[in-house]
Amino acid sequence: MMKRRDFLRYSAKGVAGLALPISAIEIVSPGEIFADRESGTRWVFLVDTYKCTGCGLCVKACKLENEVPYEANVTRTWVERYVMTKEGKVWADTPKGARDGFTTNKIDLGEGRFQDVKNEEIQKAFFVPKLCNQCEYPPCVQVCPVGATYQAADGVVLVDRQWCIGCGYCIMACPYGVRFFHPVYKVAEKCNFCYHRINKGLKPACVQACPFGARMIGNIKDPNDPVSKVIRTGRVGVIKDEYGTMPQVYYLGLSREVV
Amino acid sequence: MAHGEIWTLKEFFVTPNEYIYWSIQIVMYPFMTGVVAGAFVLSSLYHVFGIRQLKEIARFALVFSLALLPVAMMPLQMHLQQPMRGIEIFITPHFTSAIAAFGIVFTVYFAIVASEIWFVYRKFIVETALALREKANRTMAEKLWHLTYSVLTLGSYDISEKAIHQDERAVKILATVGIPVACFLHGYAGFIFGSVKANALWMTPLMPVIFIMSAIVSGIALSMLTYIVVMEIRRFIAARRRTAHEAFQSIEEIRGTEVNVVRITSKYLLFFLIFAISLELLDLIFRGYTALKTWDILRRVIYGKDFFDIFILQYGIGNLVPFILFVIPGLTIRRTVVGVILVLFGVFMMRWNVVIGGQSFSLTYSGFMHYVMPIIPHDMETFNEGLFGALLVMITPFVLFWGLNKVFPAFREI
Repeated sequence: MMKRRDFLRYSAKGVAGLALPISAIEIVSPGEIFADRESGTRWVFLVDTYKCTGCGLCVKACKLENEVPYEANVTRTWVERYVMTKEGKVWADTPKGARDGFTTNKIDLGEGRFQDVKNEEIQKAFFVPKLCNQCEYPPCVQVCPVGATYQAADGVVLVDRQWCIGCGYCIMACPYGVRFFHPVYKVAEKCNFCYHRINKGLKPACVQACPFGARMIGNIKDPNDPVSKVIRTGRVGVIKDEYGTMPQVYYLGLSREVV
Repeated sequence: MAHGEIWTLKEFFVTPNEYIYWSIQIVMYPFMTGVVAGAFVLSSLYHVFGIRQLKEIARFALVFSLALLPVAMMPLQMHLQQPMRGIEIFITPHFTSAIAAFGIVFTVYFAIVASEIWFVYRKFIVETALALREKANRTMAEKLWHLTYSVLTLGSYDISEKAIHQDERAVKILATVGIPVACFLHGYAGFIFGSVKANALWMTPLMPVIFIMSAIVSGIALSMLTYIVVMEIRRFIAARRRTAHEAFQSIEEIRGTEVNVVRITSKYLLFFLIFAISLELLDLIFRGYTALKTWDILRRVIYGKDFFDIFILQYGIGNLVPFILFVIPGLTIRRTVVGVILVLFGVFMMRWNVVIGGQSFSLTYSGFMHYVMPIIPHDMETFNEGLFGALLVMITPFVLFWGLNKVFPAFREI
């Protein structure tokens, strides 16, 4: 009969002996294999803030298209209003994400309080639509503990509703606040440029709904794409580039007050 | 209703999806993990550095840290939106995430604590198993105990002097390895927060170190408190029966040992407390001095909205008052009890001010969010993320310890 000591010794040797050849095997994730197939598409978004009137049709269309409960106070895209006074004060709000547009001149301060800003006090004012930036280096993907959120080869960051555990770490990691918990599916939810539509050659719901052409989508890898041309040759800005995420939603007419 | 909406009040410019997503359970998580790590470090002070005065409290702290370990995982599990999928962290860890390492670190730490306890108690386990085996006419309970201890021997009945000596060596090695692992377990809890670049309050490389120091403080404090409570109960029982407890000669001896252990341990508590506060203040001063873009909103949170929570509750009542209580010479048991309860409160408030404080301002840097903790639960969500969920997490380690103490007597001489 084998002594316990010997048994342990042989086991250790066996494990060590096996570990060596096994260490030579490289673990490749499916994502890596797919990434090798060079994609000819990199989806990007262009927002022309000069054209946005804050009507909120984009938000409405998005909620209906993507089945984000209409009354729930979460949304994949929203519009912000900025009002700067002559005294240099900055007011900003986004009541219900501007789902119903901006129906009053009063600034929503939350919890039922409003700020009245008189027309003659205003120096300048504008609207800024927001959505997921589909970052080149998405921090949400980095922090997901189970790999339930991932970046597709065409740059869009997606969420696997079957695999997300709902820890909320991705929501914390996003510098743009685009993520939330879906009230029905109870998993992380975000804008994906209407992935189901753009893959069929359709435009995202918000782009299609915008009556003023303030929202545009394009492929930055295609030199003939009109959006791509504007981003390449025009003067565009991005939001919060200091985080090193390389956001891929570009803005025309971005002002320094926008955060 | 969106998750988080029920307990979040928004003020000024806050974007639509921002809520307090990480609430009371995520405050409990670093708090409980910290206590585990701290209790283990305390027990290692005796096993590794041979600080003999801590012998009494060391064995208890070790068993207590095993009771605390499953509870460190509990708040994480409870706050998941998909609790049934929590196991995925173990099966498909995504290693660029700080949380993914949890499975590995936790398992390693659990193995270390469990095996250390096994080596510490091996002699006792074997003796008990043999004594029960030889006993004729065992009752049902004794049969069960016999089975339990027989299994716990893992087939090793050798308790010769040589074998016991080897056990002691194994304990020393495990305790030594355990210290960095315990620090890692908790330091990485700090890393989970410290590495979130989107959060202006959390992001600092000091976060893991601050977490480790305050962890040790809280672990020592809770060990001291539980130790005192148990000793007082024994003294009370001994006094009522008018006979001495089996392990002690007299009632006076119980008191004497207790005071002695508490005075030594409080010195270590004080040492780590000073370290923790220094680091936290360094962080605060550094932020104010460098005054980056985010300092304006942080300043309004730290010196305005959260002033009471941070400077009165955490630094004042939680740190300064116990500091004074411990520094005054002639430490009594009563003063110690007040001191350690305040220390525990202070560490809890520190976790609160990091986790909730970090979410109390908007990504726009011009809005605030306020967490209103649900008290009376009306569904699973408000239970999990409310007062009673937190209390459940607080009580569980004591229940577990009560059970573990039956198998591994933490106070009896073995």
